[in-house]
Amino acid sequence: MGEKILMKGAEALGEAAIKAGCRFFFGYPITPQNEVPEYMSKRLPKEGGVFLQAESEVAAINMVYGAAGAGARVMTSSSSPGISLKMEGISYIAGAKLPCVIVNIVRGGPGLGGIQPAQSDYFQATKGGGHGDYRMIVLAPSSVQEMVDLMGDAFDLADLYRMPTMILGDGMLGQMMEPVEFKERKPIALPPKDWATTGKKGRGKQNIINSLFLIAEECEEHNFELKKRYNEIEKNEVKFESYNMEDADVAIIAYGTTARIVKTAIKRAESKGMKVGLIRPITLWPFPEKVIAAAAEKVKAFLTVEMSTGQMVEDVRLAVNGQKPVYFYGRTGGMVPSPEEMVAEVEKILG
Amino acid sequence: MKKVFERPKSLTDVPFSYCPGCTHGIAHRLVAEVIDELGIQERTIGIAPVGCSVLCYDFFDVDMQEAAHGRAPAVATGIKRVHPDSIVFSYQGDGDLASIGTAEIVHAANRGEKITVIFINNAIYGMTGGQMAPTTLPGQKTTTSPYGRDTEACGYPIRISEMLSTLDGPAYIARASLHDPQNIVKAKSAIRKAFQAQVDGLGFSLVELLSTCPTNWGMTPVESLKWLEDNMIPRYPLGEYKVIEGVK
Amino acid sequence: MAKGRPVFNEDRCKGCQLCTTVCPVDIVHMSERINSRGYYTAEVTDPDKCITCMKCARICPDVVIEILREATKEEK
Repeated sequence: MGEKILMKGAEALGEAAIKAGCRFFFGYPITPQNEVPEYMSKRLPKEGGVFLQAESEVAAINMVYGAAGAGARVMTSSSSPGISLKMEGISYIAGAKLPCVIVNIVRGGPGLGGIQPAQSDYFQATKGGGHGDYRMIVLAPSSVQEMVDLMGDAFDLADLYRMPTMILGDGMLGQMMEPVEFKERKPIALPPKDWATTGKKGRGKQNIINSLFLIAEECEEHNFELKKRYNEIEKNEVKFESYNMEDADVAIIAYGTTARIVKTAIKRAESKGMKVGLIRPITLWPFPEKVIAAAAEKVKAFLTVEMSTGQMVEDVRLAVNGQKPVYFYGRTGGMVPSPEEMVAEVEKILG
Repeated sequence: MKKVFERPKSLTDVPFSYCPGCTHGIAHRLVAEVIDELGIQERTIGIAPVGCSVLCYDFFDVDMQEAAHGRAPAVATGIKRVHPDSIVFSYQGDGDLASIGTAEIVHAANRGEKITVIFINNAIYGMTGGQMAPTTLPGQKTTTSPYGRDTEACGYPIRISEMLSTLDGPAYIARASLHDPQNIVKAKSAIRKAFQAQVDGLGFSLVELLSTCPTNWGMTPVESLKWLEDNMIPRYPLGEYKVIEGVK
Repeated sequence: MAKGRPVFNEDRCKGCQLCTTVCPVDIVHMSERINSRGYYTAEVTDPDKCITCMKCARICPDVVIEILREATKEEK
């Protein structure tokens, strides 16, 4: 067992990125993720890297675009309103096939909203908050350890598929402290970044990073090429946790912080004789629809619990496809659902 | 017979897509000539804006990135921080730089980002069909100021070179014009000083080039040069606005 | 001034006429020919008079013009 150290979520994220070889961070202050840029501003210069606080989130994501196009492992982090500002840039990054990692420590919305934890950016993250047919791989950790592990995955996936990858945390995960171990990661074979703009020296032909296709046939062809890659990801990269589902009557679908609370609720429900399980999507996109569809053959009903007014529930309904009822319970704006509330919902379902 | 004037190496062979008489083509040639003369083609990385010159990634024979509208200085920053030994330049129009991208250009300049910006000021939005820009002159008719730019309602032309030269980050800022051969020679020397400042690591450099837009000004190319000289130069005086020690 | 002559790559000309306004010896004019892109092209009417001042080449927005210069006695 490696050495465990007590770390705050936001800082663990930064350290994990550095361990993954990230040497460039462009960000902007916004609660509740300030510890990420703060940590990177301390650590990156010591690792021969660059930390730069941009004049806005819009500038920051475009610096990420430039650095990614230049061939570097690069990341940014922000929170909900800042992520909205970055959406155009993310669409450009997806369109120009550039790898990078974007961290969203979600807070209550909409507008200025609040600063407590929420999950109300699910649509923004998984349905494309920016314009055009693009997707982002969206990873949803539910512990500080998992944040660290998924950060390594995020950089590998971004490079493997040449696309933006998002870590979707929330204010609680960012602020909580937990023991963390930085496990040795086995390096995976990644294609060389021979497309990067490094200066033509020794290459002769110029490299161009671009998402403009004025000729419609070419723009469609480009979109089909991206779609082929997204289909591949949906086939190969789905990640989820199945918990206590063996003979569950009700399957709760929840991710991130909410999923941790569900596990407590499940124990309480069991003590009252109710058999409840959890399916926890770890990749929000690609969404784990197969395991949910399969569960639909066994469980009586589904309950989706989110810190929002209901966003992932739509994907659950799509996956269940009418086989069984899908109920929803949510708190939002920074309010966190309690185990008792969840147990009460299950009792209502099981009648 | 010896060739004393020929197509610069740092231009690809792709014909320019610009309207007849548009001075973008002159600016492109000057930048490419300077890149050739400084021998930096192999380590230069350019950033194309959104505007008529978005396609310049096909015209400059160097590694290029196409940036979102107004964000070229931020993209340039990202590139330069990853490859500090490269020579990075952004090529931007007035809609791109002086309107949507003002925050990016101000802060790149203020950081003394070691990049060079070629800023084409033709007092109008070209690609989108001739709308008013922040650099449009008072009283100038455009498709969104059909009765002439009303400064009461839409403010005054922004003088970017003067504005940025109040910052400490820039090493070299100049405004030149492309409206006649003599000024084109001066423009080239300014561009060369700007790139040289970057080669010498002195800080941020920008050259504003007064340019024409015959199609959207509704004039012939020849008339456009005259209009520029008579109307733009009084509003946008030519000259060097920031030259720190060490600029050669 | 040195002797030489401009060479026009006519297919690239867009007929903007800028070069016809700057020649100090007035030998650059619009021709009667239309190129493959459908523009009337500029041409040099009297190449021997060219003093290789390069003004036409400098003001051309499409790099249509190259300038050739005769080697001077020293260079020969």
